[in-house]
Amino acid sequence: MPTVSVKRDLLFRALGRTYTDEEFDELCFEFGLELDEITSEKEIISKEQGNEKAHGASDVVLYKIDVPANRYDLLCLEGLVRGLQVFKERIKTPMYKRVMPKGEVQKLIITEETAKIRPYAVAAVLRNIKFTKDRYDSFIELQEKLHQNICRKRALVAIGTHDLDTLSGPFTYTAKKPSDIKFKPLNKSKEYTACELMNIYKTDNQLKHYLHIIENKPLYPVIYDSNGVVLSMPPIINGNHSKITVNTKNVFIECTGTDFTKAKIVLDVIVTMFSEYCENQFTVEAAEVVFPNGKLHTFPELAYRKEMVRADLINKKVGIRETPENLAKLLTRMCLKSEVIGDGNQIEVEIPPTRADIIHACDIIEDAAIAYGYNNIQMTLPKTYTIANQFPLNKLTELLRQDMAAAGFTEALTFALCSQEDIADKLGMDISATKAVHISNPKTAEFQVARTTLLPGLLKTLAANRKMPLPLKLFEISDIVIKDSSRDVGARNYRHLCAVYYNKNPGFEIIHGLLDRIMQLLDVPPGEKKGGYAIKASEGPVFFPGRCAEIFARGQSIGKLGVLHPDVITKFELTMPCSCVEINIEPFL
Amino acid sequence: MADGPVAEVLLRRLEAADGGLDSAELATELGVEHQSVVGAVKSLQALGQIIETELRSTKRWELTTEGEEIAQEGSHEARVFRSIPPEGLPQSELMRLPSGKVGFSKAMSNKWIRVDKSAADGPRVFRVVDSVEDEVQRRLQLVRGGQAEKLGEKERSELRKRKLLTEVTLKTYWVSKGSAFSTSISKQETELSPEMISSGSWRDRPFKPYNFSAHGVLPDSGHLHPLLKVRSQFRQIFLEMGFTEMPTDNYIESSFWNFDALFQPQQHPARDQHDTFFLRDPAQAQQLPMDYVHRVKRTHSQGGYGSQGYKYNWKLDEARKNLLRTHTTAASARALYRLAQKKPFTPAKYFSIDRVFRNETLDATHLAEFHQIEGVVADHGLTLGHLMGVLREFFTKLGITQLRFKPAYNPYTEPSMEIFSYHQGLKKWVEVGNSGIFRPEMLLPMGLPENVSVIAWGLSLERPTMIKYGINNIRELVGHKVNLQMVYDSPLCRLDAERGPPSTQEAA
Repeated sequence: MPTVSVKRDLLFRALGRTYTDEEFDELCFEFGLELDEITSEKEIISKEQGNEKAHGASDVVLYKIDVPANRYDLLCLEGLVRGLQVFKERIKTPMYKRVMPKGEVQKLIITEETAKIRPYAVAAVLRNIKFTKDRYDSFIELQEKLHQNICRKRALVAIGTHDLDTLSGPFTYTAKKPSDIKFKPLNKSKEYTACELMNIYKTDNQLKHYLHIIENKPLYPVIYDSNGVVLSMPPIINGNHSKITVNTKNVFIECTGTDFTKAKIVLDVIVTMFSEYCENQFTVEAAEVVFPNGKLHTFPELAYRKEMVRADLINKKVGIRETPENLAKLLTRMCLKSEVIGDGNQIEVEIPPTRADIIHACDIIEDAAIAYGYNNIQMTLPKTYTIANQFPLNKLTELLRQDMAAAGFTEALTFALCSQEDIADKLGMDISATKAVHISNPKTAEFQVARTTLLPGLLKTLAANRKMPLPLKLFEISDIVIKDSSRDVGARNYRHLCAVYYNKNPGFEIIHGLLDRIMQLLDVPPGEKKGGYAIKASEGPVFFPGRCAEIFARGQSIGKLGVLHPDVITKFELTMPCSCVEINIEPFL
Repeated sequence: MADGPVAEVLLRRLEAADGGLDSAELATELGVEHQSVVGAVKSLQALGQIIETELRSTKRWELTTEGEEIAQEGSHEARVFRSIPPEGLPQSELMRLPSGKVGFSKAMSNKWIRVDKSAADGPRVFRVVDSVEDEVQRRLQLVRGGQAEKLGEKERSELRKRKLLTEVTLKTYWVSKGSAFSTSISKQETELSPEMISSGSWRDRPFKPYNFSAHGVLPDSGHLHPLLKVRSQFRQIFLEMGFTEMPTDNYIESSFWNFDALFQPQQHPARDQHDTFFLRDPAQAQQLPMDYVHRVKRTHSQGGYGSQGYKYNWKLDEARKNLLRTHTTAASARALYRLAQKKPFTPAKYFSIDRVFRNETLDATHLAEFHQIEGVVADHGLTLGHLMGVLREFFTKLGITQLRFKPAYNPYTEPSMEIFSYHQGLKKWVEVGNSGIFRPEMLLPMGLPENVSVIAWGLSLERPTMIKYGINNIRELVGHKVNLQMVYDSPLCRLDAERGPPSTQEAA
């Protein structure tokens, strides 16, 4: 969930009233926001870097507000204020308009070289905008928030904003060899080639995260004006030449990316939010983009869409009984201008370009419910009549767990993920013999594979509890995972039961007795006859030679029991003899 | 015990005594260790009001080991004197005697002996007097006889300086008759025996009282794990509410069921390497229900079922990627797909509690695997009010009655609501779960009828368990680093029962 930090006093001034922290928290809750933290720049720095560094930093109160991940229109102060003011019916939601300039329209030409790396670009102009320090900061911050969220860290979309008065169109969006791109990047005093820049930015704490997007590509994306001035090298850095400042009057905005829909949404969000400060409020000057196929598109789209929703559908989905007029009013409070039309049951809802999150009637219904107030909805119980059933495997597991504890064994709960070493090397086996599934992106060795046996987890539990009085008797009934090409995903779980006895003596007879007890509980008689169980001498690297037996029940091998091999005991950092049993319980379903 | 010979003698002496007697004196008189008299006193005390005792401490002079030797053998100077024959002894020879050095100088200063340095074979020692009075030995013998008080303060301190005497503090009992004094103490029985029962002798025998403030002996027993005890209770609650358990015994899931089927777009951050464990082997799901896959693909990329869709290039390869399921909602999606294939539609209530996996940064409250609890109801015409109603009943069974709902965003539910409950200890609202109505873009491609709504909610199993059992670090609860003592000691899990003192770690 993105967090937006705004100055409290600036927020209250824009809202036209003040709130106590509690009142504002309440308002956020109702609207689906969360007042996450009340802090200040000074407090943040002192928390992160110590009191000394914080000396002299601003102690203006900041509200950190958590915003739902799909509400890009609430990622800046301007949007938050507009949303809340409309919600509280203090203002009407603005109409955003795209206008053609009196003179020549700005043009951005996309060449076909971009196709392989970053094929889409959109653009727009904010004409006669009036920045202040706070507005300018908010403008920069919004781009950063968009980059981190919808733009997926600039991979899908990257934004460049420029002082149009320093440039001269038409603009060209192309891709060139890194060695052929040379310009003075933002906040640098000299020119570098793209190759040099990629090296320099390797140590830049912010920019280093974006280099991978183009790093190994033969061509890098770049935007030029008609004089060959570099506007930007997306998604890495803008040129210094066209840098915007508090005094910038006319802003050229370009968004490039690999996701056309998202590029258009991002552009719409920026211009709808900041056209508020243009001379002609909420109007945006169009720009034309010529695609490599010669097609000409005009941006920003600022598309308004009409959706029809039946009032009784809203009432039925939410569980309320409101008149269509009231419902239209509720929706209008959510920036969705609505009116009752037709037979008096139809509501026509206008989806503004700021609300890209509204893609289905259910999104409209949710907004009606939010405006109605979730906590005003009458709670009722559905009349759904059903008979409950347990999942048979879990039912068996629950019954067995109880009786394992009754037999004096204590239940452990160990991780399903572990290292290759745990399930192979430490048990004297080769990993290829385990049929284990392998994780491709573990952050540490603890998450290399899914366990193929419960034994390592229990042995590690013993090792962590060596100080406890002996004997230690543990069990676990849980799932292990084995590759199985007959399954849709190529792997399946098996429900295993494992128990260990750890003491000064191996206690094989105790583990053997436990097996007998388990078979008694499962109503499996001893003996090799059909339906019975028996153990037969066996061997394996896990067990001490001559102290291992395979368990057969209902005509199939279900596991092994025995005294652990001293090498296994040692590798799990244990010092006492130990015996164990591990079986698959699925044949007993 | 009380019938020991010492205790018997003590009682007889006490009967004859005028007022009382001292334990140390008695020990001396009987010629036994003081400790055995003390033992007798203690065993008599345990019988009730037979005797009364008063602890006294007395100071006493005792001989040191060297003092003991001198009381026996005589002082060093006397021993030196006695070892000199009339014809004298070479000084060098005398010095070699055990008492030689100390005794020589003391005997010299007592003027008992003299040295002739002009003797032919070196200095020679001669007696000066015919006999000597060994005062040191006499004094020490007095002390040994318990008559130290006969010595003057100065004499005693001189002997102490010579490390022949020490002063010791002795703790003794002054014993007098108790209110139930009797010399005939019969043996107290400790336990009832079969013989006593058959002979009836228990009727005439006194029994030793039990010490009820002592702890009992805990039974040898196995124990269930606290987290799984809580799991059992949640299962019980769902079963009481008529919910059927979904199969969740498949940790490995395809991205398709884990994300795509839930209308979670392929660029969603949750599908990042940073958040999800993907599989290297087997890397891809080979079998997917292709008809359904095509409907899902179309809904994502073009929309449909009343949706605009996400308008991006949906890739089958991305959907085939295997992973460790990040939520049990993947299993719910499979269950709902199976439900959708059953015609005609039958309403259903489902639940599951099982492990999920996240490739997250680990801390005191987050592990890479945890348990998710999920409830799902599918029926015609379910409303947000129904969802809230079911949640109220569910949480009431957990002992949570004050609920509040906050609008939220989940990719696969709309409307979505976070569930908050008021925490008495923290005096604030804390999130206890997440819920919503599944999106039509998820349900309709499965083939569920259009007027069927599916409400769902989820929460973690670990958090309520940590609160319930007052555990701050999740590693003490889950995984091999568990504290077995905690497992042994953990009480029953009764979720709706009155809680103990409010815990403070709930905010974590």
